Amino acid sequence: METTTVVEERPQPRIQELETVTIRFSGDSGDGMQLTGTQFTNTTALAGNDLATLPDFPAEIRAPAGSLPGVSSFQVCFSSHDIRTPGDQPDVLVAMNPAALKVNLPDLVEGGLIIINTDGFNEVNLKKAKYDSNPLEDGTLARYRVYKIPITSLTLKALKDVNIPHKQAERCKNFFALGLMYWLYDRPIDATLKWIERRFADQPELIQANQTALRAGYAYGEATEMFTTHYRVRRAAIEPGVYRNVTGNEATALGFVAAAQLAGRPLFYASYPITPASDILHALAQYKNFGVKTFQAEDEIAAICAAIGAAFAGDLGLTGTSGPGLALKSEAINLAVMAELPVVVVDVQRAGPSTGMPTKTEQADLLQALFGRNSDSPVAVVAPATPADCFIMAIEAFRIATKYMVPVIYLSDGYLGNGSEPWRIPSLDELPRIELKFRTDPEGFYPYLRDERTLARPWAVPGTPGLEHRIGGLEKEHITGNVSYDPDNHMLMTQLRAEKVARIAEDIPDVEVFGDPEGELLVVGWGSTYGAITSAVEHLRARGASVSSVHLRYLNPFPRNLGAILSRFEKVLVPELNYGQLALVLRARYLVETISFPKVKGKPFKIAEIVHKIQEVLEQ
Amino acid sequence: MSRQGNGHKGNGHQGAVKLTRKDFASDQEVRWCPGCGDYSILAQVQKVLPDLGIPREKFVFVSGIGCSSRFPYYMNTYGFHTIHGRAPAVATGIKATNPDLSVWVITGDGDGLSIGGNHLLHTLRRNVDVNIILFNNRIYGLTKGQYSPTSEFGKRTKSTPFGSIDWPLNPLSVALGAGATFVARSVDRDTKHLASVLERAARHKGSSFVEVLQNCNIFNDGAFEPFAGRTVRDDRLLYLEHGQPLVFGKERNKGIRLNGCRLEVVQLGEEITESDLVIHDERADEPNLAFMLAHLDYPEYPVPVGVFRAVEKPTYEELLEEQIQTAIRRQGEGDLEKLLHSGYTWTVE
Ligand SMILES: Cc1ncc(C[n+]2csc(CCOP(=O)(O)OP(=O)(O)O)c2C)c(N)n1
Ligand code: SF4
Ligand SMILES: [Mg+2]
Repeated sequence: METTTVVEERPQPRIQELETVTIRFSGDSGDGMQLTGTQFTNTTALAGNDLATLPDFPAEIRAPAGSLPGVSSFQVCFSSHDIRTPGDQPDVLVAMNPAALKVNLPDLVEGGLIIINTDGFNEVNLKKAKYDSNPLEDGTLARYRVYKIPITSLTLKALKDVNIPHKQAERCKNFFALGLMYWLYDRPIDATLKWIERRFADQPELIQANQTALRAGYAYGEATEMFTTHYRVRRAAIEPGVYRNVTGNEATALGFVAAAQLAGRPLFYASYPITPASDILHALAQYKNFGVKTFQAEDEIAAICAAIGAAFAGDLGLTGTSGPGLALKSEAINLAVMAELPVVVVDVQRAGPSTGMPTKTEQADLLQALFGRNSDSPVAVVAPATPADCFIMAIEAFRIATKYMVPVIYLSDGYLGNGSEPWRIPSLDELPRIELKFRTDPEGFYPYLRDERTLARPWAVPGTPGLEHRIGGLEKEHITGNVSYDPDNHMLMTQLRAEKVARIAEDIPDVEVFGDPEGELLVVGWGSTYGAITSAVEHLRARGASVSSVHLRYLNPFPRNLGAILSRFEKVLVPELNYGQLALVLRARYLVETISFPKVKGKPFKIAEIVHKIQEVLEQ
Repeated sequence: MSRQGNGHKGNGHQGAVKLTRKDFASDQEVRWCPGCGDYSILAQVQKVLPDLGIPREKFVFVSGIGCSSRFPYYMNTYGFHTIHGRAPAVATGIKATNPDLSVWVITGDGDGLSIGGNHLLHTLRRNVDVNIILFNNRIYGLTKGQYSPTSEFGKRTKSTPFGSIDWPLNPLSVALGAGATFVARSVDRDTKHLASVLERAARHKGSSFVEVLQNCNIFNDGAFEPFAGRTVRDDRLLYLEHGQPLVFGKERNKGIRLNGCRLEVVQLGEEITESDLVIHDERADEPNLAFMLAHLDYPEYPVPVGVFRAVEKPTYEELLEEQIQTAIRRQGEGDLEKLLHSGYTWTVE
């Protein structure tokens, strides 16, 4: 028998080209939004776009289902050109329930696209989200393009022949949503199909269910007449190479493993769990086959002390924490300053003094890192600028620490730590070398006899015959390292410790100016604000503004050429996620007027905020 | 400028040459008050080390802050005078880095039980193979005479002119509570006994905790004299010996017997003989007896000295190394290139 299929006549949807799109997936923490976002990101990377992502999860471990604090979201920005931030404002919001809509709607661009799972909008959920009336019906969404889709029931319908419990079938709804988004943004679904196969390798019915849901979502986009347009974002011109996505915390961990490999000594990482730094501990704990020793200490003080002990004994001593933990470590950092041992201290900064807002970002530990210890206490301070940069700066931290026998503080933050971007994986010969010099010759050995050029004292580890010596926190006599209360000696040693750190400036790259080397306004940033600042400056320069920027990854010492650069601009603007800390230091160090542009809201800068501020300053 | 001392004494590698106590004395002038009990502990440590068969460069003395913590400066070994209370943590890092070293922690009652109490507990619990010697003078010496966590209730000091209202800690029961695998006590001037306890501590694999009752003749003179003084100690100290009944007294005519759940002092004679006494068992799995002994105090009881507990357990650094070796066996030696390329990757042409 012959059958004919009747294909409904419908106009082919239009394909519209877009340059940059920012999508935010949001739902309850049980809705699998992080996974959905990650899958979308991977597929987008394969499609050749430049991209950046930012997850945002609830502070509570198990916030009540459907509640406002329980909302979990994942933002991904992708583009056909170079981008540096996960996007100021989402263009598209996927909201799986009322709470997700309520929390995220204020961020959406005017006229943005909203995809709603109407099945999530029942009485109970509306109440939990504290909606008095249904926003789908009361005009709340009038200013947006809204697509109301019963995602849960469509998923269940698609899965009616798959033999899994109702609850599990319901859980596949995020794949339906993902499939729909793939259709809408013209991405292939194969990579995710394959991923599902691997992920559920021993549960064939889940493979079938999730793949079916994904295909159903895609087919839904294709088949319904709801969408008249779908979108295409062309490949970006990206440096060739092998890429992977990394979060800052992952890149930090990888960077330290690499540092240890480059140095040929084991990494010893001691830490006490704290948000948002714990992921570094989790990552490093997996790298045991690299000889990485991880030590979950009883507190942050023990962690740094153990790292100092490891450094004394010849390992790469590393400790990691967030702001409150850095405060606890300060006395021990000074021990490393006095004992002149190469320990690296990671601070993944978070918002607020005391406990503050642990899951929110800020870069307000700069002054703590530079000055937050008793007496004159020079340490080197570095700060990665992007998630991928965390890798290189981790290596750099140990290169400096071991070459100069000095503690180094590495300032990351929550935004860098959790945010991700594609990273071109470097080949090993692109990486810097770390040459360790362990003293073995007893002839002429003195614990504080310094290298003439670097002023580093010798690294003489226990177990080396003939080099038995004592170090500690008491002031040391120049050269012999014996305890000394001599007034002139203390002055000399204070100078030497400061001079040693100052000389690192000879050994770090000059800072590059983005834009013209002189002009009306220089924007100076450091750390995670790189993307927003550079994008803002680029945007305004394209429109003829006389603005340039520099981004500092070395905060102590500063790059040698910074002073000269500052002097070539009429005004200096310093946007920071704190109340004006770098602005203060630049003013003190270079006697320049700095215009501070602080933001302390637990959130990163938007490009637009910096654009507006620059315009305002230029108009003054 | 005088360029001597630190790291420049002795003739380097000793090879098979037998070391003597002099080899362990640094050229730094010892700066404790004349008559301080610390001298005697220093002398015994220097006496014991040469017998351990460990080359000098493998010793590391780590201390916190206090009079007692000055100790490493006087030892011609590697030494690290760290910060107040944190020596056990620094020592953990050293030992984890190089398990081949003989690592000693020198601490005081304030250093180890007040500011550093947490690190002491956790180092013992992990059974890091370090020797912790706590100089207990029941006072803060270096800061000139405030009461400490081991000072008796009611003690009058500079900071407690009306008597202390804190109940003291018992260092041994703290160590036992933390699961320490070696717990012992000795007295600064009981030199032979001290040397033997130190040697056993050194030979024990795992954390060793030794409380040394130490006289501070400036701020707390004679604190232990009533029971540890030369003329009375035979009657008032109980020398513990593994496998032996708990007998004490100059005439060896008194003993400790278990009565219900309590220990009691008994007079040996016709009615009660040694066979009625508790037999000391430092190797018991359960620390119960050790715990009871730790709480015997003068004047109701004699004060026990010697080894309370000595049991075997894998050490922290052994387990750490084992995990690393297992990971290497399972996954192969780490390959950086592979690691960087792990997870989801894609190629841009
Ligand atoms: C962070 C810090 N707090 C306080 C001190 C001051 N301090 C030095 S030693 C000490 C007490 C030492 O007592 P103990 O450990 O019993 O040693 P002792 O001097 O009796 O041998 C104190 C409070 C310090 N050095 N560091
Ligand atoms: S103050 Fe006491 S403990 Fe300190 S050195 Fe003097 S006698 Fe010894
Ligand atoms: Mg004391």
